Amino acid sequence: MDTIIKKSTTPDALSTSRLQGFLRWETFLILIVFLVCVMNSYLSPYFLDPWNLSDATFNFTEKALIALPMAMLIIAKEIDISVAAIISLSSTLMGLVAQMGAPVYGVVFVGVLVGSACGLFNGVLVTRFKIPSIVVTIGTMSLFRGISYILLGDQVVRDYPDGFEFFGQGYVYWVFSFELVLFVLFALLFYWLLHRTTFGRYTYAIGNNPTASYYSGIKVDKHRLTLFTLVGVMSGIAAVLLTSRLGSTRPSIAMGWELSIITMVVLGGVSILGGSGTIGGVVLAVILMGLVTFGMGLLNIPGIVMTIIVGVMLIVVVSLPVLITLYKNSLKHSK
Amino acid sequence: MKTKLITVLLTCATLFTSGAYAADQVRVALLVKALGIGFFEAAYRGAEEASKELGDVKIIYTGPTSTTAEGQIEIINSLIAQRVDAIAVSANDADALVPSLRKAQQRGIKVISWDSGVGKAGRQIHLNPSSNSLIGEMNVQLAADAIKVKGKSSGTFAILSATPTSTNQNIWIGEMKKSLSKFPNLTLVDTVYGDDLADKSFREATALIKNYPDLDVIVAPTTVGILAAAQAVSDMGLTGKVYVTGLGLPSELAGHVHSGAIHSFAIWNPIDLGYSATMLAYNLVKGKGSKTEVPMGRMGTLEVDSNGDGAMAKPFVYDASNVDQFSSIF
Repeated sequence: MDTIIKKSTTPDALSTSRLQGFLRWETFLILIVFLVCVMNSYLSPYFLDPWNLSDATFNFTEKALIALPMAMLIIAKEIDISVAAIISLSSTLMGLVAQMGAPVYGVVFVGVLVGSACGLFNGVLVTRFKIPSIVVTIGTMSLFRGISYILLGDQVVRDYPDGFEFFGQGYVYWVFSFELVLFVLFALLFYWLLHRTTFGRYTYAIGNNPTASYYSGIKVDKHRLTLFTLVGVMSGIAAVLLTSRLGSTRPSIAMGWELSIITMVVLGGVSILGGSGTIGGVVLAVILMGLVTFGMGLLNIPGIVMTIIVGVMLIVVVSLPVLITLYKNSLKHSK
Repeated sequence: MKTKLITVLLTCATLFTSGAYAADQVRVALLVKALGIGFFEAAYRGAEEASKELGDVKIIYTGPTSTTAEGQIEIINSLIAQRVDAIAVSANDADALVPSLRKAQQRGIKVISWDSGVGKAGRQIHLNPSSNSLIGEMNVQLAADAIKVKGKSSGTFAILSATPTSTNQNIWIGEMKKSLSKFPNLTLVDTVYGDDLADKSFREATALIKNYPDLDVIVAPTTVGILAAAQAVSDMGLTGKVYVTGLGLPSELAGHVHSGAIHSFAIWNPIDLGYSATMLAYNLVKGKGSKTEVPMGRMGTLEVDSNGDGAMAKPFVYDASNVDQFSSIF
C-alpha cells in the first residue's frame, strides 16, 4: 500500500526510477522549514517566542484551512478561484443575520451553510453544464463578491453577538489558539481522507485519468461535486474565523486570498496538472510560507520585496524536480 | 542546491534591513494604508524630520502592498512581536483593525491613528489633519487674502460647493458663515452646487461670474469645484479679476496658481501630519502630556477631546512659492 501511495504522489511526467535517491518532497520542505527557523532566530531576537509564533499563525490559518480541500480539488484536475469571494458572501450574510439578532451558533451556522451552498453551486455548474472549472469560478468569483457589494455597499457590519470573537481571537490552551487547533484537526482529517480512504484514492485516479476512472466505475462527476462542496464548506468555516478575528464585515474582506491559497497548494508539491500531491506537503508549505513572511515582517522588509521573494521561492521550488531530472538525464548521456 | 538558493534569497532579504536595535531608542512604527503612495511618502518625510529633531527615535515606515485591512493586521502582528514602542496608523478599515490594535495596547504599545482613524477601542488618540471650524475659517481667510491681492479693502465672494447633501461641505459652509463676523469687509453673495462633477461645477462657476459682475472671489471647498472654477475663470479671460480659492490638490492646481487664476489655496500638509503623528507617539511613550493636551513639537499642542480626537492645525496654505514642491507629492 505504501508503494502505491508513493507512486501516485510522483508527477506522471517523471518516472519514479529517476527520482530514486532524490529525497522526497516533504523531506525537502522540512529541511527548508528548519533552515528558515534557524535563519529567522539568528536574524531577529523576537522570533523564538511562543506568543510571537502563536500570533504569526493567525496570519495563515484561515487560508490554510481552504488550502486543504483545494489540494484535493487540484489533485482531481479541477480548481476553484472563487474561494475568497465565497468568504466575502458568507461573511456578509453572517453579518446580516447578526444584525437581525441571531445568536452565536446561528451566525456560525449561516456562515458554513452559505459557504457550502456556494461550493455546491460551483460544482453543479462544472459537472452538469460541463464548463471548465476555471471558467466557472472566474465567473462566480465576481458573482459572489458582487452580491456582497449589493447587500452591503460601503457599509460595515460590526454588531456580532458576544462570544463570537472566540473563534478568531480565542485560545484553547496557553498559546494554542482556537484557529490553530482547528487547523491541526482538519489537517489530520484531510490526511486521513486523501491518503487512507478509497475516496482519496479515487481523487488521485480522476486526476491522473478521468476517462479511465469513469470506465472503472468511479462516479467522476459526483466525486467532483463533493470536492467542490468540500471547498465551499471550508471556505465557510474560514469566513467564520476571519469575520470573528476582524470583528467586522466589509464586502472587500479577504480580497486576493485565492492566489495565496493556490500558492500554498502548489508550493506543497501538488501538481497543478492534477494527479499528485500530499496533504503533508501542503501543511509544510503552509508553515513555510507563514514562517518566511513572519520572519520578513519582523525585519520590516517592505511588502513588495516580500511578494517578490515568495514568487521566486515558488518558481524555484516548483521547477526543481524537473531541473534535477534533466540534470540526471544529461549525466547519463555523458557517460 | 535548493537550500543554497533559499539561503542566498534570505541573505539578500536581510540586506534590506538595517538590523541594529539600540535598546534606548524609541521605536515608532508609521503604518500607512499602502506603500508607494506619494501622500504617505511625504508623511514619512515628516516623521523622519521629527526623528532627527528628537534624536532617540527610530522610525519603522511600513505598510501592505495593497490597501487591505488584512495586510495591515499581518503587519501589526509583526510589530507587536518586535515590541515596538508605538504604532501610528492610517487605517484601511476603521473596525477590522480594532481587535489587533487592542491586543497591541494590551502588550504595552502606544497606539494612535492619524489621517484615517480607527474605532476608539483601538487607539489612544486620533489625529485629524484639521477641524471643521478651522477649515471654515481658513476658507474665508483665503477669500480675504485674494481681495487684498486685488488691492481692494472690501469685496464679495460666492461659494461653489459639491452636492447640497454633502455632509462635510455643508458643515464647512456653516463654519464659514459663522466666521464671517471676523471679516466685516467680506460679503457672501451666493452658494451654488456643482455636485462634484467637473462639467456641472464649470457651468455653475460661469453662471456665478455672469450673475454677479462685481464678484471678486469664488471659494470652492471641494477639489473638483476649485479646479473647474479656475478653469472657468481662465477660459473667460478674467484672470486677475476673479480669484478662485478653497480646498484643492497641489498636483491639480499648480498650473492655475502659475497662470494667476488662483492666488492661494489650502489643504492639509502630509509632511506636517507625519511629523505630528511621530511627535504624539513619542510623547505618549515618554509619558508627556495629559489626557486633554499632548505636545507635538513645532506644530504646538494637540487638544484632545473626550473621544480621543484632536485636530492638528489650520489647513496649510499653498501659493506660487511652494506649490511646485508639493505638486509632485499629491
